[in-house]
Amino acid sequence: MSESSAERDWPLWEVFVRSRRGLNHQHVGSLHAPDAAMALRNARDVYTRRSEGVSLWVVPAAAIVASSPDEKDSFFDPAADKTYRHPTFYEIPAEVQHL
Amino acid sequence: MSELPALATYALRLGDDSLVLSHRLGEWVTNAPQLEEDVALGNIGLDLLGQARTLLTYAGEVEAAGRSEDDLAYLRDERDFRNVHLVELPNGDFAVSMARQLLFSTYQLALYDQLQASVDDTLAGMAAKAVKEVDYHRDHATQWVLRLGDGTETSHRRMQDGLDRVWPYADELFATDEVEQSLVAEGVAVDSSSLRAGWDGYIDGVLAEATLTRPEGLRTPPGGGRRGIHTEALGYLLAEMQHLHRAHPGASW
Repeated sequence: MSESSAERDWPLWEVFVRSRRGLNHQHVGSLHAPDAAMALRNARDVYTRRSEGVSLWVVPAAAIVASSPDEKDSFFDPAADKTYRHPTFYEIPAEVQHL
Repeated sequence: MSELPALATYALRLGDDSLVLSHRLGEWVTNAPQLEEDVALGNIGLDLLGQARTLLTYAGEVEAAGRSEDDLAYLRDERDFRNVHLVELPNGDFAVSMARQLLFSTYQLALYDQLQASVDDTLAGMAAKAVKEVDYHRDHATQWVLRLGDGTETSHRRMQDGLDRVWPYADELFATDEVEQSLVAEGVAVDSSSLRAGWDGYIDGVLAEATLTRPEGLRTPPGGGRRGIHTEALGYLLAEMQHLHRAHPGASW
């Protein structure tokens, strides 16, 4: 066989499953497939064979834009000490009922 | 094997089809083109095994000679198996297996679809559960036949070769006989010959879209699997499938 690895290897897809109970699709893993229709079928076979879900999304892994580990400090650390962004920061007056 | 009641024979025929093809699909696990396909073919094989368990158990009950599903699966010899030749054919390359799956699943889907209306509760119940499984089996095979047939020059050639290889065995799916007809008259069984037109329509549609040529000619095999006359491939398959049980009777895990 003289195929190059690019021809032989199928692209990577990220798989999202909506479980019976939940409202949101959750990322469960990834798989290889030659195209979108086969990716959906492979996802069905690999990730929902034990009744894990009622709906599937597949997304080409190459289409996902991810935050960079290099930017971790500037992206996420500033949120760490902003306690006033949490509702528990605020004291609730005793008179307020049913909140 | 002495003369079985017609209903037991019918259950064995359908059960053996599923059992033998299940074993063939199991042979693909760790050998498919990708890990994902290993899982897909394993799932399809296990669906078929589940159908076989129900059908063989039922055949044993109807026979009323005390034979369990394991007795029937592991302790019968080749001449007592009632599956069609198509399902026992060696896997060949991936295209051969996909062609075999397309021809068989298209037949089995039409069969189970009608069997849901059987007056026999066990057969109707098995069919109602399995029809959804087989709908997916047919879809899976269809997707591959389309991609390989209408793919590269090489994939097209190999898909056509695969189709040509299994095509002569399709005819047997639609052969009917007095055993089946006696049950058709009672509303228990489906007349296999009535499934032909629908099968042709679906297969022709897939082949056209896949730019494949429908092979010429079919043959009716001498004897035939329904009467226990098999190709040489079945003996080897049974040797592997039955070896463990025969060496260690009742082994389980």
